[in-house]
Amino acid sequence: MTRLAPYAALALLLAPIAGCGPSSQADASGRTPSGEPAKAGKVTLLNVSYDPTRELYQEYNKLFAKKWREEAGQEVTIEQSHGGAGKQARAVIDGLRADIVTLAIGYDIDEIAQQTQRLPINWQSRLPHRSSPYTSTIVFLVRKGNPKEIKDWDDLVKTGIEVITPNPKTSGGARYNYLAAWGYALRQNDKNEDKAKEFISALFKNVPVLDSGARGATTTFVQREIGDVLLTWENEALLALRELGEGEVEMVVPSVSVLAEPPVAVVDKNAEAHGALEAANAYLQGLYAPEGQKLAAKHFYRPQSTEHADKADLERFAEIELFSVDDEFGGWQEAQKKHFVDGGVFDAIYQP
Amino acid sequence: MSRTSAIAALPGFRLTVGYTVLYLSLIVLLPLVALFLKAAGLGWNDFIAAAFNPRVMASYWLTFGTAFIAAVINAAFGLAVAWTLVRYRFPGRRLIDALVDLPFALPTAVSGIALTAVYSQNGWIGQWLEPLGIKVAFTSTGIVVALVFIGLPFVVRTLQPALEDLEREVEEAAASLGATPIQTFIRVTLPAILPALLTGFALAFARAIGEYGSVVFISGNMPMKTEVTSLLIVTKLEQYDAAGAAAIAVVMLAVSFTLLLGINLLQRLSGRRHLAGV
Repeated sequence: MTRLAPYAALALLLAPIAGCGPSSQADASGRTPSGEPAKAGKVTLLNVSYDPTRELYQEYNKLFAKKWREEAGQEVTIEQSHGGAGKQARAVIDGLRADIVTLAIGYDIDEIAQQTQRLPINWQSRLPHRSSPYTSTIVFLVRKGNPKEIKDWDDLVKTGIEVITPNPKTSGGARYNYLAAWGYALRQNDKNEDKAKEFISALFKNVPVLDSGARGATTTFVQREIGDVLLTWENEALLALRELGEGEVEMVVPSVSVLAEPPVAVVDKNAEAHGALEAANAYLQGLYAPEGQKLAAKHFYRPQSTEHADKADLERFAEIELFSVDDEFGGWQEAQKKHFVDGGVFDAIYQP
Repeated sequence: MSRTSAIAALPGFRLTVGYTVLYLSLIVLLPLVALFLKAAGLGWNDFIAAAFNPRVMASYWLTFGTAFIAAVINAAFGLAVAWTLVRYRFPGRRLIDALVDLPFALPTAVSGIALTAVYSQNGWIGQWLEPLGIKVAFTSTGIVVALVFIGLPFVVRTLQPALEDLEREVEEAAASLGATPIQTFIRVTLPAILPALLTGFALAFARAIGEYGSVVFISGNMPMKTEVTSLLIVTKLEQYDAAGAAAIAVVMLAVSFTLLLGINLLQRLSGRRHLAGV
């Protein structure tokens, strides 16, 4: 028995790894590991995205395939990969052959550009609106009837209020939550950073659970019924309202919030290697075209140009004062360095 | 005799050993070496800063503490389960036997979500515990529950063969010489199965230390309080800090290895003493 133990342990460790070894790379990228260019007349695109865009891109892919067949006479198959934004970026850095990345924050694509050199550092200036074809913001979801009377950011730091948000260290959406609250506090306190720090500390003292991603936090709030208010993307909140038939939760729009700009980019070298560069560029430009903008609005994202969207879709977006991460924090690199790195402001909240 | 039969069954000693070494190198040794190299890239001061700051220390205590408690619980209750399955024949025994393996097969995230649903304040069990002041989900208690779940089969499956090998006559002899059932268990049965029990304990413990999938859902992930080390490693990776993640992983590996070595020694000692006693 004693002698068998290490082998038993090894066998248990190896069994799951061995099972999915050699085939996984081909599966993940959808083509052979050699990365042979696809035949002319037929092309495959891999769009690596984050969680809440699944439905949007499912619909957009059909639209684009049809358009591309008509315009370029080429059959295009689009594969989607969804997951937490950080994990997705990590996968692309580690070699997932994405032709297109559509992630939650610019920082993730910056990292891909820096670490792989498969797209230029200035990727964000290549498409209009800093490469964000649609935007969103951070709003509150509260219980039906809003029993705790939560109306604005101030109400979140009161004693006895439980706030649900994912961990800013693991979730792009949670970073927006944090920066939205910080921006509000700055506005309330004449840009006094110490006051903003106090505010954000008080807010996170009211957080009983830190989920690692946005969907997990929504589950904690909606299904487990924990907490009085959920900080979440506007598109996730609207989706939750639709899914729950507005029966259990309500959306509350704060006086001011952050402009969330989920960016898109072509990973040039990957697309080139598959002979898919042209299609990949057209795919992203199509997001800015009337049909793309209309679809974004339908899936609860704020389109950059509103004239093509359905009126009814646009009416769901409340008037709200928005500040961008670039204007308020000097961009993602700066925000990351100050707030979310190890030893940054967010970590200081939990120092003993 | 045994050698000739081995040759008949498998294609020769050299080939199998070569394969074993290659296989282990590719799948176990190489990734571990890469891990150490990544961590080594940090330099001494950065390594200390990454691997021993207060938040990481808190996570070590939590991780090893909950893993230890869960393994102790599993050793006790796993023994009971294995005993029941080996010693008694009753309707539904096969079903229970199959159920024991379920934590092996289930993706841990699934068990984590299910356990959280059951033990959170509105869950089937949580709603009865909460009024009594017992919070399970989103506390270290919840982590122990998840680790007990994933560790149980290790104890049961290592104990079963040992219990089956046990000769009932020895126990009967003890009883006929006037020993009470408890005396029989402590002085006759337990020494015989102790090495297997320790093995099961060690496996459950080792498995629990690295557990991630189920724990992230039930722990609540609060820094300094319910943040396990594996989550901190993933957090570092998501911040593109591979070296920092490797530093923590190396410390975890070193501690686990030391602990497992200790348990292994204990196993040998208990095995030897038992043999000497007989």
